[in-house]
Amino acid sequence: MPETKQPIIQIRNVSKRFGKVTAVDNISLDILAGEFFVLLGPSGCGKTTLLRMIAGFEMPTEGQIIIDGQDMSLVPPNKRPVNMVFQSYAVFPHMNVTDNVGYGLRIAGVGKGEIRDRVAEALELVKLGGFEDRMPDQMSGGQRQRVALARSLVMRPKVLLLDEPLSALDAKLRAQMQFELSDLQDKVGITFVTVTHDQDEALSMASRVAVINKGEVAQLAGPSDLYEYPANRFVADFVGSVNIFEGKLTLDEPDKAAVDCPGLGKIYLNHGVTGPHGADVWVALRPEKIYLHVPGAGKAIRAAAQDAPDGHNLARGTIKGMSYLGDITLYEIQLEGGQVIRVSRPNLSRHDQEDFTWDDKVSMHWRADSPVVLLS
Amino acid sequence: MSGALQDWKSQKKPFAAIASVPVFWLALFFVAPMAIVWLYSFGENAGPADINISGTLDNYKRAIEWLYLSIFLKSLAVAALTTLICLIIGFPVAMAITFAAPKWRPWLLLGIMLPFWTNLLIRTYALMALMGTNGYMNKGLGGLWEGASWLRTLVGMQPLEAWTPIQLLYNNFAVVLGLVYVHLPFMVLPLYSALDRLDKSLIEASLDLGAGHFKTFMQIVVPLAAPGIVAGVMITLVPALGAYLTPDLMGGTDSQMIANVIERQFKRANDWPFGAALSFLLIYAMFILIALQSMKANKTKEVR
Repeated sequence: MPETKQPIIQIRNVSKRFGKVTAVDNISLDILAGEFFVLLGPSGCGKTTLLRMIAGFEMPTEGQIIIDGQDMSLVPPNKRPVNMVFQSYAVFPHMNVTDNVGYGLRIAGVGKGEIRDRVAEALELVKLGGFEDRMPDQMSGGQRQRVALARSLVMRPKVLLLDEPLSALDAKLRAQMQFELSDLQDKVGITFVTVTHDQDEALSMASRVAVINKGEVAQLAGPSDLYEYPANRFVADFVGSVNIFEGKLTLDEPDKAAVDCPGLGKIYLNHGVTGPHGADVWVALRPEKIYLHVPGAGKAIRAAAQDAPDGHNLARGTIKGMSYLGDITLYEIQLEGGQVIRVSRPNLSRHDQEDFTWDDKVSMHWRADSPVVLLS
Repeated sequence: MSGALQDWKSQKKPFAAIASVPVFWLALFFVAPMAIVWLYSFGENAGPADINISGTLDNYKRAIEWLYLSIFLKSLAVAALTTLICLIIGFPVAMAITFAAPKWRPWLLLGIMLPFWTNLLIRTYALMALMGTNGYMNKGLGGLWEGASWLRTLVGMQPLEAWTPIQLLYNNFAVVLGLVYVHLPFMVLPLYSALDRLDKSLIEASLDLGAGHFKTFMQIVVPLAAPGIVAGVMITLVPALGAYLTPDLMGGTDSQMIANVIERQFKRANDWPFGAALSFLLIYAMFILIALQSMKANKTKEVR
């Protein structure tokens, strides 16, 4: 975690409209120096437009972007202290790796000796030593991405912008690059701003995430807060997998709350939610936070669910779908009220997936701190 | 996938069947006449309508005499100038089409191709009508001249002399202008197709790395559009070198190009063997140009 908490990028009431379409709708947020900031959202939510406005390729229709204390309104992309790694990598196909990485330094008129040293250093940083003379069409997608990274890092920008950096890589390479990018960011200490639609990417790399929906910030939080304390249904649903049930708030005190969900049953929480009594609310419950039991294990369930009053945080249903994913098994369970709830169960021993099968009647319970009450 | 049309080596019969008609057509109407003209170039006139193919090289010797060689070199210079002007005008036009809004692009391309739908002769005459001493260009310039003259009288100066129309036609200027007009689409289209393939994020990446628009153009756009530039230059230069109609109609007495000389040999001079030799000299020159280009293309391919 960086010690400096100065904002390096300040986005002030920025909107961007293309004709009648509003891509970015009055967004204000600060990106702090040294952090790994992720803009997360579905395609078409405006996150890439926001990134391109920071880079200078789009001009805000309204509002102001301040980078390192300087208003960027009239500053063209080639004069901004930021560099971008493009989704297509945009590695110059007619230049070898050395010339690609040294391009910006050559333009800036840096001396030959220094260019050589800095290019070598940047290539070392992205683990491309030995590729100096390769042409881009002799390299894999992952290697080209490293060239693009080195080409930007060699400029020593204040902020590195990454547009969907991992989307074109295969799953294994993606997981590896997630770690490498975090590692790299630690090493160079440059602020990273990444755009992604992939929640795994966001959660694994970011120090903070802004979830963008329809051009607005739906929530700005750290990865675990985003997952465990989503601010609204959109975030709960977009980040991870979730069951959402509609209900009415029947009890709301500082240390406890209860929601009556027609589809699921009585929900009890061991903390207050500060919503108006009787209000329509939604309860979000993550699949991995639900425990499955064979019927007749009543005692066990009662013992397990003792953090809630009798008859709360319990449900019964029938298994209608199962998918075995190796580490976990995912169950789709039809509740007595007809709604379907998703439950995941870790396969802690080799035969755990055999405990339940299609059409089994099962009971479920969850802990009183597991459900999240959402007001919007 | 090994469909009948995938690989001619493994599917010789269907390919032979498909290829035979066009091959026959080309052989009958292209290769055979060319061969006859080629043979004529080694012959001599034996009478008003008889040519004796004696294997003489006299026609070629005459063709490289300075009188003809100078016209040949001048044709090359005119064609090269035409190509250069087409490139200078065509590049911004091609870039403008590439960066135009997608809904406009087909219309702009149509605008480039529209002249192809009109006969070359009609286009040339239309241009001549514009450029004549009583044409719109002179009228427009005359109007400007009179306007300037009137402005002078307003500030109390002597009016200018009466406008004398400029001789725009029947000179080398008219030939180059006519050739540029006719050949511009040939330059724009290959340039457009090269620029259209260019990943726009490469341009953005260059700007992002601190390069201005001019440096980005020189270092990124031009090198990556090089295949389009070469293609555009070739398909402008080669027909411009053999241009006949434009210099014939728009040129003066001193602006004849090699094609006009060749035409005269076949018609008025009735010296087919010499005309044939001149024709083949032109063809050899074009072959050399094309060979140089493909050698260059092969070389760059090997480097990659």
